[in-house]
Amino acid sequence: MNKKQKKVLLRIIIAAVLMLIFVITDPQGWLGFVLFLIAYLTIGYDILIKACKGIKNKQPFDENFLMAVATLGAMGLGDYKEAAAVMLFYQIGELFQSIAVGRSRRNISQLMDIRPDYANIENADGELEQVDPDEVAIGSIIVVKPGEKIPIDGTIVEGSTTLDTAALTGESVPRDAKCGDEALSGCINLSGVIKIKTSREFGESTVSKILDLVENASSKKSRSEAFITRFARVYTPAVCAGALALAIIPPIVSLAMGHSSAWDVWLYRALTFLVISCPCALVISIPLTFFAGIGGASNAGVLVKGSNYLEGLSEVRHVVFDKTGTLTRGVFEVSGVYNNTVDEAALLEYAAYAECYSDHPISKSLKAAYGKTIDPERVADVHEISGNGVTALFDGKSVAAGNARLMASLGIEVPPCNEPGTLVHVAVDGAYCGVILISDRLKDGAKDAIAALKQSGIKKTVMLTGDAKRIADATATELGIDEVYSELLPAGKVSKVEELLGGLGGKEKLAFVGDGINDAPVLSRADIGIAMGALGSDAAIEAADIVLMDDDPRKISKAIRISRKALRIVHENICFAIGVKVICLVLVAVGIANMWFGIFADVGVMVIAVLNAIRALNVKNL
Amino acid sequence: MKKTYKIDVDCANCAAKMEQAAKDTAGVADCVVNYMALKMIVEFEEGADVKVVMQDVLKNCKKVEDDCEIFL
Repeated sequence: MNKKQKKVLLRIIIAAVLMLIFVITDPQGWLGFVLFLIAYLTIGYDILIKACKGIKNKQPFDENFLMAVATLGAMGLGDYKEAAAVMLFYQIGELFQSIAVGRSRRNISQLMDIRPDYANIENADGELEQVDPDEVAIGSIIVVKPGEKIPIDGTIVEGSTTLDTAALTGESVPRDAKCGDEALSGCINLSGVIKIKTSREFGESTVSKILDLVENASSKKSRSEAFITRFARVYTPAVCAGALALAIIPPIVSLAMGHSSAWDVWLYRALTFLVISCPCALVISIPLTFFAGIGGASNAGVLVKGSNYLEGLSEVRHVVFDKTGTLTRGVFEVSGVYNNTVDEAALLEYAAYAECYSDHPISKSLKAAYGKTIDPERVADVHEISGNGVTALFDGKSVAAGNARLMASLGIEVPPCNEPGTLVHVAVDGAYCGVILISDRLKDGAKDAIAALKQSGIKKTVMLTGDAKRIADATATELGIDEVYSELLPAGKVSKVEELLGGLGGKEKLAFVGDGINDAPVLSRADIGIAMGALGSDAAIEAADIVLMDDDPRKISKAIRISRKALRIVHENICFAIGVKVICLVLVAVGIANMWFGIFADVGVMVIAVLNAIRALNVKNL
Repeated sequence: MKKTYKIDVDCANCAAKMEQAAKDTAGVADCVVNYMALKMIVEFEEGADVKVVMQDVLKNCKKVEDDCEIFL
């Protein structure tokens, strides 16, 4: 609690004790009035002062003013106990709200407590000095000790360690890092002392970007928030008008019909109206829910760039994936050897040596699969035949490695092979030796991710790819994806997404999931653009609406469930708060509920709505 | 041009009122008040003098909500 809150709490306690004594001793007549007036002023003097200022500033619908009118009016009618009680409970409600909001603010900043306060730099004497990370220039060497956060992005130049990336990715398994590896700011160094050569300024580093994104997220308001703000703007004046009508019309009608006017009864009801006129329960609980939802999501490694995107995500029914880097790892690997006449290791050796001078991803994967160091002495006379493959002399034998066209040009017959992926045929001294299949591997969990999406009510999953149809279809079948569009150029992906957007019904939304490489236009064209594995990729963070910090596709359905939970709470709160208020107004108007009831309803709704809103923060079991 | 200011205000409805008051100030193209983050993001009209405009914004906000503060 801050100073302001403590002061209010003290006043609440004093006023409550005073009132308890007065209610028990029950002083009569003028003495009672004066004593309760003391309690009333203790708890409510600031409201009265604010009300006066409101009048001075021509703000008649200020809630302080309304509370002041309601309570002073009640005093005038002789209901001074109620007046003091209403003021007391109003203050309790406000205090509760302020504490709850302050606490969730702190909670969320703790979740995102990744802001590094300093960087260690070795000074001229070789001693470590703590400096402001803002002052560290690109290319400086910083030292990170075990237990410290890495303050600035860079590359490890000395030492090796394990890094806790949980704050960035939500991934709880620590990652090993050694000399030469990239070290992202925000990770916690767990075991060894490392030296990092910075590659960015602090302001451009991952940690600053993420903090900036999360802190500003709730500034992009959702439709629900806009609705509630508009509602609040008309609600208070409407209730006041209702109160005025209630104070005037029924007594006049009653007089005209020849009964007694019962002015005081209707005035009391009108004043009770004013007690229920504060829209704060509504106005606080909706943004609080979004704030908590976004905070909970970032704790799970999902950055949502605005309340509107969280709302949009909950309405997503169609999910479109990019293939490479999203569902597959985007790295080529040797995944099999077929039709081989020599043994596998020998075949890989021939291919790896033939391709040893090339830097093509295919060649790299062959070398990786071979696994041993290449001795360049053994290879000679390498000819690359662009687009087809390579021929070389290896240990005196002529080796050809490449596609079917290369084999055809050498007059070698190729047995059929229908495996999806890139095929590298190998022939030695003109005799066919076998084919190596190189393919992009599916990500762990890609299949589960699609199944989980289906389970959470996603109607259609679509995959877009630039790859050949054969490969794309095989991948889609394995994953259980509904529709595949293959051999697309980047521009083709945009028009395909536009076509799919056109086919959506009503409030359904479409999300596009990509890795942020080459698909920024598609990310921004879709209703919701989700970039994954985006740590350190600025373009993806810029273009996407939602950023998955690691590259686990299962996070997509988790993000959708988080958004749905938050939106469900938002709708619950809207219905509950408006519903209770309307019921109260009706009960007051017909005389069933009194001022006590009004204030309990008002404060109670707010407390329940706020507690409900905070639930959005808990996303662990989704 | 957009600028972000830290603010202090006690209730969500008051924050909404501040937002409206700032929007209605001359020289302000748009304004968003983020109650949860206690931030005010003001977009100024072309050629507006930020310092002068923000004084007006503060004045107008004080009118609708006496208890608010904008840290200029």
